[in-house]
Amino acid sequence: MSDLQQAAPLRKDKLIVSTAALCGCFGCHMSLLDIDERILDLVELVEFDRTPITDIKTVGKCDIGLIEGSVGNAENVEVLREFRNHCDILVAVGACAVNGGIPAMRNQFELKDCLEEVYIHGIGVDNPHIPNDVEIPLLLDKVHPLHEVVRIDYFLPGCPPSADTFWTFLTNLIAGKEISFPYSLIHYD
Amino acid sequence: MSTDKTFRMDGKAIPFEAGETVMDAALRAGEYIPHLCHNPNFPPHGSCRVCVVDVNGKHMCSCTLEAAEHMEVDNSSDAIIDKRRTLLQMLFVEGNHTCPACEKSGDCQLQAVAYHTRMLSPHFTHFFPKRSIDPSHPDMMFYYNRCILCGLCVRVSRDVDKKSVFAISGRGIDSRLVFNSPSGKLGDSDFSATDEAAKVCPVGAILPKHVGYETPIGQRLYDNKPISVVGDTIAKNHSEKPVVIGGPHE
Ligand code: SF4
Ligand code: SF4
Ligand code: FES
Repeated sequence: MSDLQQAAPLRKDKLIVSTAALCGCFGCHMSLLDIDERILDLVELVEFDRTPITDIKTVGKCDIGLIEGSVGNAENVEVLREFRNHCDILVAVGACAVNGGIPAMRNQFELKDCLEEVYIHGIGVDNPHIPNDVEIPLLLDKVHPLHEVVRIDYFLPGCPPSADTFWTFLTNLIAGKEISFPYSLIHYD
Repeated sequence: MSTDKTFRMDGKAIPFEAGETVMDAALRAGEYIPHLCHNPNFPPHGSCRVCVVDVNGKHMCSCTLEAAEHMEVDNSSDAIIDKRRTLLQMLFVEGNHTCPACEKSGDCQLQAVAYHTRMLSPHFTHFFPKRSIDPSHPDMMFYYNRCILCGLCVRVSRDVDKKSVFAISGRGIDSRLVFNSPSGKLGDSDFSATDEAAKVCPVGAILPKHVGYETPIGQRLYDNKPISVVGDTIAKNHSEKPVVIGGPHE
């Protein structure tokens, strides 16, 4: 069915970039937008496919995938694997993606205890029960950084990585240059 | 100090005194060798291994290695930095280092040494060990998640404060810091916030209570300049005994 589509040339004149937010706070995406007017230069160089910004829901073949957030539920695993299958270069963006970050602090506790704390014993809980609608993705027992689930090609630490970190990374990568950051752009917080 | 003996490190002649270690001679000459469990004010311990250098083709721990003439020391090749980065990545995945939620962030020597090796990811699979905190002391907090078992607090409490509040107990991956008190709680020990041992932790394991996040991001010790220029975390705590290392070469 899709033979013809798959045979079509993938590379256009612009690199295709997709992004996703898994178990994170969306701060990394906000920081990407902090490149401000440079985004006009960026869209000259790249075309955004699936991202929360374009609101495209499915990921097609792309050159660069940027993933924010850690892997905390079954849907995160699915999205991450989809991205790995479709992206030539997959980038773990931000502390959660790189090492689990704040969401991984729940790994100190049993999942059952976390759910009970929120949905049963929490202050002001009305009709206490643990949500079990089939539409809700199941939580994983532990939160994992991306590289524990799929192969990752590049890591951008920071909580979030600064706009300049994104800018330096993307412009170096697109220009085919070695990616090199000044000292102050590499931080884990 | 006058001396006519030297060894060579990264092509430079480094003078040394008889009995001096490669680390101490290098630091005295203004050359930074990364270190975590070593503090130039106290005898070396040789446990973290991030001070690894290549000496005439062998990997050696520079903080415990006595300097000798004709040594050719490699402190800066990609190969040796790769080794250090691997050691640091193992330290990170063994504990729970959630830097965005740590008061020490920006002033932490583990972070700073990791930045120095250009560590971008922890590489290995995280252990996510279940570790607690000990909030029992009125003035100081203890975070097991962040302790790298460098043994500095153990040595300083024993040798300087003469209190022996801390010890490392257990073996291998089960090793942990313990406190010398009947209940095992830090709050029931002789530990005081004015102890020298309260100032030597290179990470955010031993921290004062009632303060935190006091320095704005951008003005913290390692925000703008690398540890090879700024020096150890301890330089901030020991105003009377500043430990200045490194030079303007970075
Ligand atoms: S001790 Fe250092 S490395 Fe560990 S969480 Fe705190 S700032 Fe990060
Ligand atoms: S508490 Fe700090 S000084 Fe003591 S062993 Fe742990 S890391 Fe080292
Ligand atoms: S600094 Fe030499 S082993 Fe830790």
